[in-house]
Amino acid sequence: MSIDIATARKVAKLARIRVEEEALPALAEQLSGILTFMEQLNEVDVTGIEPMVSVTPMRLTRRADIVTDGGIQPQVLKNAPEAREGFFAVPKVVE
Amino acid sequence: MLDLTFATPKPKVIQGAKHDWELVIGMEIHAQVASNAKLFSGASTTFGAEPNTNVSFVDCAMPGMLPVLNEFCVEQAVRTGLGLKAQINLTSAFDRKNYFYPDLPQGYQISQLYHPIVGEGEVIVEMGPGIARLVRIERIHLEQDAGKSIHDIDPNLSFVDYNRTGVALMEIVSRPDIRGPEEAAAYVGKLRQILRYLGTCDGNMQNGNLRADVNVSVCRPGQYEKYQETQDFSHLGTRCEIKNMNSMRFIQQAIEYEARRQIAILEDGGSIVQETRLYDPDKGETRSMRSKEEAHDYRYFPDPDLLPLEIEQAWVDGIAATMPELPDAKKARFMADFGLTDYDASVLTAELDAARYFEAVAQGRDGKLAANWVINELFGRLKKEGQEIADSPVSAAQLGGIVELISAGTISGKIAKDLFEIVWTEGGDPAAIVEARGMKQVTDTGAIEAAVDAIIAENPAQVEKAKQNPKLAGWFVGQVMKATGGKAAPAAVNDLVMKKLGL
Repeated sequence: MSIDIATARKVAKLARIRVEEEALPALAEQLSGILTFMEQLNEVDVTGIEPMVSVTPMRLTRRADIVTDGGIQPQVLKNAPEAREGFFAVPKVVE
Repeated sequence: MLDLTFATPKPKVIQGAKHDWELVIGMEIHAQVASNAKLFSGASTTFGAEPNTNVSFVDCAMPGMLPVLNEFCVEQAVRTGLGLKAQINLTSAFDRKNYFYPDLPQGYQISQLYHPIVGEGEVIVEMGPGIARLVRIERIHLEQDAGKSIHDIDPNLSFVDYNRTGVALMEIVSRPDIRGPEEAAAYVGKLRQILRYLGTCDGNMQNGNLRADVNVSVCRPGQYEKYQETQDFSHLGTRCEIKNMNSMRFIQQAIEYEARRQIAILEDGGSIVQETRLYDPDKGETRSMRSKEEAHDYRYFPDPDLLPLEIEQAWVDGIAATMPELPDAKKARFMADFGLTDYDASVLTAELDAARYFEAVAQGRDGKLAANWVINELFGRLKKEGQEIADSPVSAAQLGGIVELISAGTISGKIAKDLFEIVWTEGGDPAAIVEARGMKQVTDTGAIEAAVDAIIAENPAQVEKAKQNPKLAGWFVGQVMKATGGKAAPAAVNDLVMKKLGL
């Protein structure tokens, strides 16, 4: 599978990463290279083998329904470029 | 076994300028899971807290924080699935739905696209006595809620509160089986009732704890039947999705408007573009959310932070063993055991609190009489005072006492209303009040006869008139009742008056 320039542009936009137009061909080529490398895996016959999602035979960890966290508004807001009255303040995003 | 046979309602037909059209509606209901803590963190879900106080580092997506699943939220989803007679998937998995928005600090929502926890189920939506729509449920999945943005505090900034971020939601997806605006509202109402019975969602629409996305398309009569036969969507029209509505009234209005908008386009020779729209209740119209279209590529992939969710059949069976009686079963039982009408049974089972109250009043007493008193007197009075049944000054035991006194003929219906008033304002044991205040019905014919004789003797002119016009006998009955302070048994008074007047 190969990634063309238009796809590379779209992926960058969806990821909110700014890529200059002249950098797109190289990026597309690199992405294609990664996918081509991965495609080698298709050569392996996996008929009848259940997909494996983890290498450790672990059960998904669960928590009890108890409030153990929160109440740390100052820490939560500490890294915010702008905070007002306990809210994160961001450039207006209204439809 | 429950008798759930019913007739199917007719689909709503809208007359266009050229032909008739039918509606096809499917819904996605987002129901907030009733839980103390969030889906993947230990922060509280309490509504109305100070901004960003119910937020942990997991919820605001600080680097390196990992989600840990709240098992109770899983239990609630399973309970909901069982309540909708749905298939429970012992293996499900969480996926990331990627998009950027200020109310989503992770940059993705953890959801269940590929392997939802609950599969196919159904909801019976009553549209009248013996008439109901069976709405198929496609799936229920667990997912995180997003935060809340406030746009009207500052002219240049949006304020974001992450208290809601990460709270567990159940997204309940229906098949396109709903055929009109009224059915859509009734479906939401029925689902809300079931969730409240189950205790898996409080159903508070005002707080946004139950919200609906509605998919609407229109088709010519006959097309829908072809779809039902084949399950092939190509028989149906292109749909538009109206997002995020939290009012039954707005849902109906939005569907009505959207259907007419689509019909106008189609009859003009145009075609419908599949898109997301928003309903504006002030203008009464839907409008396109173009900005959302662009970001529609969510690039879902399995969340690498979370292993698949494996649950055991024994655990599911344990939840099934604690299922409460659900609305359909309760309504059927009220009709069978207490002889209630379909309507009364519906009213009394609408809310679990009311059903419990009624049952306590009716237990071992006259069920129909109990229903009348609960619906007419109690509900009427609560509504007038703007109170909920949980705050009722008259307890079920007290109202049961009143019903018992009426059934036994100890008090008349009229006196019972006075007694209800006394119990409402002063409290106390109804039987003791009746005894202490001499409110017992006089059934002693001797005493009633004396009262009738006295009234007749005092009103010779009325007696003559009544002999000409028997309808005037009622005046004598009224006078006797008045003279006896309403305590005389009305039937006995009536008989005696008629006899004495020779009518």
